[in-house]
Amino acid sequence: MTAQEIYDILKAQFGEAVLEAKLENVADPFIKIAAGAIKEVSVFAKNDERFQFDYLSCLSGVDFKGKLGVTYHLYSMTLRHKIVLKVEVPTDAPNVPSVESIWKTANWHEREAFDLLGINFLEHPDQRRILLPDDWEGHPLRKDYQTPEFYNGMKVPY
Amino acid sequence: MGLLDQKFENSNVVVTTMDNLLNWARLSSLWQMQFGLACCAIEMMAASASNFDMMRFGVIPRATPRQCDVMIVSGTVTLKMASRIKRLYDQMSEPRYVISMGSCSNCGGPYWEHGYHVLKGVDRIIPVDVYVPGCPPRPEALIEGLIKLQEKIRNESMAKKKAV
Repeated sequence: MTAQEIYDILKAQFGEAVLEAKLENVADPFIKIAAGAIKEVSVFAKNDERFQFDYLSCLSGVDFKGKLGVTYHLYSMTLRHKIVLKVEVPTDAPNVPSVESIWKTANWHEREAFDLLGINFLEHPDQRRILLPDDWEGHPLRKDYQTPEFYNGMKVPY
Repeated sequence: MGLLDQKFENSNVVVTTMDNLLNWARLSSLWQMQFGLACCAIEMMAASASNFDMMRFGVIPRATPRQCDVMIVSGTVTLKMASRIKRLYDQMSEPRYVISMGSCSNCGGPYWEHGYHVLKGVDRIIPVDVYVPGCPPRPEALIEGLIKLQEKIRNESMAKKKAV
């Protein structure tokens, strides 16, 4: 199924929640979704007979300065087509519904995005840091992150 | 006593100083802590394997710090790992030695500027005896560092307290 067909079906199903799309002249065609609707769209994308996106190959977070984004790379093992979904949320209220209940692999990916960018995944069953120590302060991949002078008494800068 | 066997005609008494005896014993059986941190650990494993065979210098990897004499810090010391390294070092019995292997462990390496999570040199938390440069150092370089450490131990004296 082409990206255009996927977009048309999603647009017909969800209307306003499907914001915009770039489907041509791009390596991975993507569709922007309203953050609040990402869980419903994901359930549809996985379960619909025409889509069958049974594999979330990557979930990543992005800092756009003022906005935070989450990018979902979906792939269908059975139908062998793919699409990228994107959501954007304001940095001061970075709340995105978790898709952990749909693809279990999202569990650790969302923990990583929370750890490094501070994106808050609603209804995530186990949202805590995955890479950094539990007592770390801040989210280092944010553009405005300041490297601390000390961590537990150890000097950090060179 | 394989090397000294059959060398003496009448008796097998050897006269030496206590320093010489202890230093010879210590430098000939430097048991190494069996742990690796990053890509340098691969070179350390190569140094232990048959081509380079670090065991011919008496270096045997031990899985517990209580039995170890030398800690080879082989790789990037993240801040998360640094407190563990400190604890492992504290668990080693004296005399204990540290070889810092590779640029990361020496000074932060390629993470010196933007590595918010990297300790810029393991010598910020534990004393280091020998620094081995390289990214990563070849097994020959690690073995040279080990021989440098053996030279250092050979010149130690019980009379002088080692500065820590």
